[in-house]
Amino acid sequence: MEIANVVEKCAGVVQEVTIGATKEEGGTRRKTVTIGGANSLPFMDFDGNPGHKPAIAIDVYDIPPEDWPEPLLKHYEDVVNNPANWAKRCAEEYGADLICLKLDGIHPDRGNKSADETVSTVKSILEAVDIPLIIWGCENNERDNEILPKVSEATKGEKCLIGGATQENYKTITAVCLADGHNLITQAPVDINIGKQINILVTDLGFPTDRIVMFQTTGALGYGIEYCYSIHERGRIAGLSGDRQMATPVICDVGHESWRAKESKASDSEAPQWGSFADRGIMWEAITAVTLIQSGVDIIRMYHPEAVSIVKEHIEKLT
Amino acid sequence: MALTGLEIFKLLPKTNCKKCGRATCLAFAMQLAQKKAELKDCPDVSEEAKSVLGAASTPPIKLVTIGSGEKQISIGEENVLFRHEEKFYNPTGVAVTLSDDLDDEAFNQRLKKINALKFTRVGTEIEIDLIALQNNSGDASKFAERAKNVSDNTHLSIILKSKSVDNMKAALETCADKKPLIFGANAENWEAMATIAKEKNCPMTISASTLEELADLTEKIKEVGVTEIVLNQVSESAKEILQGLTKIRRAALRKAFRQLGFPALTYMPNGNPAQEIASASVFMSKYAGIVVVDSCEPWQIMPLLTVRQNIFTDPQKPVQVESKLYEVGQANENSPVLFTTNFSLTYYTVEGEVEASRTPAYILAVETEGTSVLTAYSGDKLNEDVISKAMTDSKIEEKVKHRKLIIPGLVAVLSAKIQEKTKWEVLVGPKEASGLPTYLKTTWH
Repeated sequence: MEIANVVEKCAGVVQEVTIGATKEEGGTRRKTVTIGGANSLPFMDFDGNPGHKPAIAIDVYDIPPEDWPEPLLKHYEDVVNNPANWAKRCAEEYGADLICLKLDGIHPDRGNKSADETVSTVKSILEAVDIPLIIWGCENNERDNEILPKVSEATKGEKCLIGGATQENYKTITAVCLADGHNLITQAPVDINIGKQINILVTDLGFPTDRIVMFQTTGALGYGIEYCYSIHERGRIAGLSGDRQMATPVICDVGHESWRAKESKASDSEAPQWGSFADRGIMWEAITAVTLIQSGVDIIRMYHPEAVSIVKEHIEKLT
Repeated sequence: MALTGLEIFKLLPKTNCKKCGRATCLAFAMQLAQKKAELKDCPDVSEEAKSVLGAASTPPIKLVTIGSGEKQISIGEENVLFRHEEKFYNPTGVAVTLSDDLDDEAFNQRLKKINALKFTRVGTEIEIDLIALQNNSGDASKFAERAKNVSDNTHLSIILKSKSVDNMKAALETCADKKPLIFGANAENWEAMATIAKEKNCPMTISASTLEELADLTEKIKEVGVTEIVLNQVSESAKEILQGLTKIRRAALRKAFRQLGFPALTYMPNGNPAQEIASASVFMSKYAGIVVVDSCEPWQIMPLLTVRQNIFTDPQKPVQVESKLYEVGQANENSPVLFTTNFSLTYYTVEGEVEASRTPAYILAVETEGTSVLTAYSGDKLNEDVISKAMTDSKIEEKVKHRKLIIPGLVAVLSAKIQEKTKWEVLVGPKEASGLPTYLKTTWH
């Protein structure tokens, strides 16, 4: 029997955003990454075009991470003091589509690194890898506003993705990203209205919508994932229904959030009932990622190389 | 699919006779649409109206119940495609496979392991629901013997999987009282399987590789008299299954397509253990009634059950933790005391950061009806009186020697009032929980 026609055409399309620029385009990247472009819900290609596949960014820090559990740290132990080598490993061995440089070290409490030092770190990474770069501040407004403009200027033409612009602090970072040709992360605290509002604020400053990526603050599996799942889903449905301010691609922060979870950190002796410590954190990260992918995300920030390969294989199976 | 008041009105006698107790037929129709009236109140309603309205009021996705007693599970009867539209009602059943051809020792060991797959998260026990006993031996007496063994030795519900009608009959003789799910009906054997299901009053699956075939077969099975049907789309492609589950849900909810108005069970496509759990997790979020996995390691099952726990929470109702004093690490009489609200996301964020700081501490979760710090403050659910009462109730004064209270930076404005009311010295903590590790390391010591 014929079944009811369940195809649902969407009026809107998620903006395509390209991160990175090749030599011809004014940068130095050998590869660029384009995300967005969907006019269907994730993987529903019978409805329309599901757009570009979600891309994986692997995080690199400008200071050695604190409190990483052994099953994670062992993959990075020898590079945590050298962001360039760290990035190189992620790009060449761990399958990163992008590098996300998180500038925790510029925070006053975590190193208070100078602009010069930070710029040279960024440059060393650009030299070490040929994939595009995401550069993320430390969430201290003063330090971000002081350092990010220098970083933006030093990477002019590379079409990085820089963030985050928040409702309270967006003017400086929006202005420099606009001037230097970068893409911009707009950030909201798991709140669809603030998410839309911050997109309106930056576009009011003349920032083009095809250079914006939204961040709704991520909750890991077991730690509020359902809130951000539904916020992403509502946002994506709004964007696909024609709300242009919500039709920007979305980035989520899976690595950091899932490796903070007790389930990833507790050792075999601390939590024998939870099974193998070596495998548990990897699954926690991978399952956080695949679940969020269903809610409509375009870039996933991750940590563990095995979790990255599980998620990449999973995405292949669904496309 | 629910009818609107006007659609119902067209089916009524339109005599405005008032026998139903309403002023007009239209008023009655409106109340019917809102489920505030019942059709039997109208003495003159036609047979046609009865059948149309009756069909419209049955749920678009049939509720199917498997098992008996405490651990019986119900699947189906969902109303929405997206959890934010309302909520997902009946959590996906998680089944783990068990083959009847394992030798006795391996069989009993695996059975024991499956029985133990339960965890406690956020104060709630989460556990798998079903054992899928598979007739891999192809032997009837073996299958029956194993079915009896499982039935006698598990608290979980049972799926019996065999394509052989005779073997299914043999196994059912040992455990039909447990109302197992009969799995094995397909285009060839559906009639015989449906006959057993009807006779034993058990739910059954129907398997086919396309939704069109499934729709044909559910019609036929219903004619035999079985109503508790579970759909099984057979595919080795995760993408095909994901799309199939979505199409089934849409057909049932958006198009009132009764032939697919049943919950769906899915096996995982071939893959390694990690891919199996990844597939099961996404099928759970996107509409599977039951997922069947081979994995039975805690590190595989725990994340899967956590996805279910999270996705099936009610989005309209903030999840709360018990309002009480929590101890993080080996807190003692000199440990810091912080408070936050009883909104679980807020509480667990604070708890996570305190844990990360490696400073043992007391966290007081104050009753704010599950709202966050700012929301509670602006709704006057978090004020000096509420905080003072929570402190007294928790007997914090007996737990610590000092009298210093760390308050969330977002309610710094309450400092003076809290200090006055409680006579404790107030220390203003960071605005975001992420600032706690630094704060505790620097300010507290």
